[in-house]
Amino acid sequence: MSTSAPRATPSTPAERARALLQVMKNRALVPDGYIEQLTQLMEHQWNPQNGARVVAKAWTDPAFRELLLRDGTAACAQFGYTGPQGEYIVALEDTPTLKNVIVCSLCSCTNWPVLGLPPEWYKGFEFRARLVREGRTVLRELGTELPAEVQVKVWDTTAETRYLVLPVRPAGTEHWSEEELQKCVTKDVLIGVALPSAG
Amino acid sequence: MDGIHDLGGLQGFGPMQHQANSLSYTPVFHEDWEHLGYSLLFLGAAELGLFNVDELRHAIERMEPRHYLTSSYYERIVLGVASLFVEKGALSQERLAQLAGGAYPLALPLGPGRAAQAPAQPFEVGQQVRVRDEWVNGHIRAPGYVRGKQGRVLHRTTHQWPFPDAVGHGQPSASEPTYHVQFTTEELWGDAADAGTVVVDLFGGYLVPA
Repeated sequence: MSTSAPRATPSTPAERARALLQVMKNRALVPDGYIEQLTQLMEHQWNPQNGARVVAKAWTDPAFRELLLRDGTAACAQFGYTGPQGEYIVALEDTPTLKNVIVCSLCSCTNWPVLGLPPEWYKGFEFRARLVREGRTVLRELGTELPAEVQVKVWDTTAETRYLVLPVRPAGTEHWSEEELQKCVTKDVLIGVALPSAG
Repeated sequence: MDGIHDLGGLQGFGPMQHQANSLSYTPVFHEDWEHLGYSLLFLGAAELGLFNVDELRHAIERMEPRHYLTSSYYERIVLGVASLFVEKGALSQERLAQLAGGAYPLALPLGPGRAAQAPAQPFEVGQQVRVRDEWVNGHIRAPGYVRGKQGRVLHRTTHQWPFPDAVGHGQPSASEPTYHVQFTTEELWGDAADAGTVVVDLFGGYLVPA
């Protein structure tokens, strides 16, 4: 067990990651294609477009909306969007006076299958430290200014529940198709730091 | 564990370096090694059954604090996974250092872990609860800012999971539901916070009736 100070470390993070892979390959612990298959999932299949499809359907289908808010896991499973870090899903309903925002103050927990892997800023120390304590200020810095009557409700992802935000459907989208609606539901909208816009 | 990872509410960090909707989020990985942390985590946990995700979280918490604060996110994941493979006897730190071409820092040992302490009666939605005023040396999934604080139960999960303070140390544990507990920011930080609420997903073993 090393207790050496960090600055005594001449190897780089990339060298250490590759060394770990190489040692495991040398020990024949890495099945053929295992890493490639997982990387494909992480880079392509777990994607915020998945969450956008869920939200757009909830905006246009009242029965699905009811299911999503009652049993988010079952609703997302209809699309096949469950799996690692998405096994118990809860959708958070925004209202004209309530804005939900998701964080993981202790690490980075995110609803991977529905939102995709978390972005760097979400895992950053500023967001993890500050959102729970000064949510309105953090949202303002991110470009989302909320009216005074809107309450900020922060959800700290500290156990196995994985969240997505169901935002208020923006005005001016009354005749939009599900496909059009999906385009205004971005990853940041699903995390809760942005509002969907019809513009 | 009262470690540097428990950042919620810590002051002194600068402004957000992001503007909402300003990024495309592809590519997902920015360097060719970054996928290895999660990939090898799944290999060690799901495929080889050597450790679990709670143990990975705790391994990262056990990083030397200065190293934690100066490492990138994926660097911390790789270090945590490597630490577990070494601690479980699957690899040696010396071999890792040889192949890396330099010192290979790993997580530091700390904390014994503890058995599950599920409540005698499950809590109900709407019930007022208080987070136990206790100090846990090992892994725990209650952030420090809720310690001793009172909140209201919004939801009891319909699924159950093992107690992190036990499985995070590789110890067996029965499963229990968790509770979404809502706190006011005033309860947590008084006037030093923006008005609002924070919901924390807490195991029953962290709670007592208020």
